[in-house]
Amino acid sequence: MKLNWSDVTPEAEYLNRRAFMAAGMAALATPALGLGAAASPFSTDEKQNSLEEITQYNNFYEFGTGKTDPARNSSSLKTSPWSVTIDGMVDRPGNYGIEDLAPESAQEERIYRLRCVEAWSMVIPWLGVPLAGVLDKAGVQPGAKFVAFRTLHDPEQMPGQRVRILDWPYREGLRLDEAMHPLTILATGVYGKPLPNQNGAPIRLVVPWKYGFKSIKSVVSITLTDTQPQCSWQMMQPGEYGFYANVNPQVDHPRWSQATERRIGSGLLGGRQETLMFNGYGDQVAGLYAGMDLAKHY
Amino acid sequence: MLQRLNRGLRQVPVWTVWLAGLIPMALLVRDTLLGHLGVDPVRDIEHRLGRTAIYFLLATLAVTPLLRLTRLNLMRFRQALGLICFTYAACHLAAWAIFDMALLWAQMLRDVVKRPYLIFGMLGFVMLLALALTSNRFSIRRMGPRWRQLHRLVYPAAILVAVHWLWALKVWESWPLTVLGAVILLLLFRFAGRFCGLRVFWRFLG
Repeated sequence: MKLNWSDVTPEAEYLNRRAFMAAGMAALATPALGLGAAASPFSTDEKQNSLEEITQYNNFYEFGTGKTDPARNSSSLKTSPWSVTIDGMVDRPGNYGIEDLAPESAQEERIYRLRCVEAWSMVIPWLGVPLAGVLDKAGVQPGAKFVAFRTLHDPEQMPGQRVRILDWPYREGLRLDEAMHPLTILATGVYGKPLPNQNGAPIRLVVPWKYGFKSIKSVVSITLTDTQPQCSWQMMQPGEYGFYANVNPQVDHPRWSQATERRIGSGLLGGRQETLMFNGYGDQVAGLYAGMDLAKHY
Repeated sequence: MLQRLNRGLRQVPVWTVWLAGLIPMALLVRDTLLGHLGVDPVRDIEHRLGRTAIYFLLATLAVTPLLRLTRLNLMRFRQALGLICFTYAACHLAAWAIFDMALLWAQMLRDVVKRPYLIFGMLGFVMLLALALTSNRFSIRRMGPRWRQLHRLVYPAAILVAVHWLWALKVWESWPLTVLGAVILLLLFRFAGRFCGLRVFWRFLG
C-alpha cells in the first residue's frame, strides 16, 4: 500500500511545524531575514542549495545559453525603477511598482524544490508573496480563465535577445486556478536578500510543481484573459513542451527521461534521485488536474 | 619554405602529439581537483570531454585536406590524433555512465535505445571503437583493402557525433552548429577530391 502524506496527518503536521519553527528560528537568528519575511508551512526542510549554486547556475537565455552566462552578463539589467502592467480582464488595470505588488510586510519565505526540465534540481529559499493576493488586488473579472506573463524585451539590457533563439519576449501562462493556488508566488528575493539579476530580478514567478521554465523571470506584464496564452517554449517546440509542463516522472521529454534527476550540489558521485509526481507537491495540486490525461496535457 | 617545414615535421616524434593531446585532460583534472568547475562539475566534465573528442576528430579529418590544399604533411600524426579522439570519447561516455547516470543501467539502456541523440552518440562511439581497435600495423596488414573501407566510417561517425551534440541542446546554439559546419566542409573537401573537375581546383589552390 502506498501512503501519501495526507494519510499520515500527524507526522506531516509535525514536519510542517518543525519546518515552520526552524524557519522562524532562522528568521530570528539571521539579520539577513530582517526583511521580516514570515515562514511558511509550504516550505520543505530539505537541505537548501547554497547562494553560490543558486546564483551561478541559471537558465536565463536573455543573457546567454550557458549556465554561467546570466551571472556574467546580467549586470546590464536595470531593475529600478520597474513596473509591472496588470491588464486584460481585471477591474483595476494599471502599472504597479514592486512595492505595491510585494510589500515587505506581506513577504513570506518559501523554501521550494525547483525541478528543471533538463533533469536537475535545487532547493531554493525564495522570498515572495502569493500571486493570488496580487491578482485579488487587481480584481479578476468573472470571465477570466488564464493568466499570461511576459518578460522584459530590451536587447540593450538583455544581450541574449539580440539572437533569435526564442521568439522574444519570453512568454508564459497559467490557468487561473493554478495562478490562484497558494503555492504559486511572485518572488522578489532569495536567501533573505533581493533577487540577483540572473535569478529574475526584480520580480519573477515561482510555480514549484512545474518545470522551471514555467517560472518566468523579470516579469513586466501580467494579463488576465479567457484564452490559453502562448508560451515561449511551447511555441518553439510544441511536441516537447506543453502548456501545463507539470513535473511528471511518467511523461518523458521526447529527447530524455524525466524519471530521475540530479540534485545540484551533491558532488561528483552524488547520483540521481527519483523525480516525484508534481515535484512532490501532489497532495496540494493533484486536485487541479483531476480527470485530465496528463500524458496528453503535458 | 613548406618543404623545410615538412622536413622539420619529420623530425618531430609522434609522442609529442600524444603529450599535447593530454593537455586538455590535465587541465580538466586540475580544474576538478581545485574546484574550478563551478556549481555542476558533473556536467562540465562530461561536456568538456565530449567537446575535446570532437575537436580531435576534426583535427584527424583535416590532415588529408591540409595535405591536398597546402601540401603540409601531417600524415605521420594522424593515427595519434585519431586515438586521442577515441580516448576522450571513451572518457566522455564513462563520465556520462558513472557521474551523470550513476550507473543506473536500466535507465541508461532504455535511454540509449529510445533517445535519438543518445542513439547517434552511441553509434558514433561504436564506429570510433572499431577504428581504434584496428588502428595498428597488424590490422592494416591483415585486413588489406578492407582496412581502407572500414576506416571510411570516420565520416559518418563525425556527422553522428556533431548531430549528437546539437540534438542534446534545447535551442540551436551557434558553436555546435559551427562545428557541424566544419565537419561537413571537411567531408566536402575530402570527397570533392575524387572528382576530376576539382583536381584542377586543387592544383589552382595548391
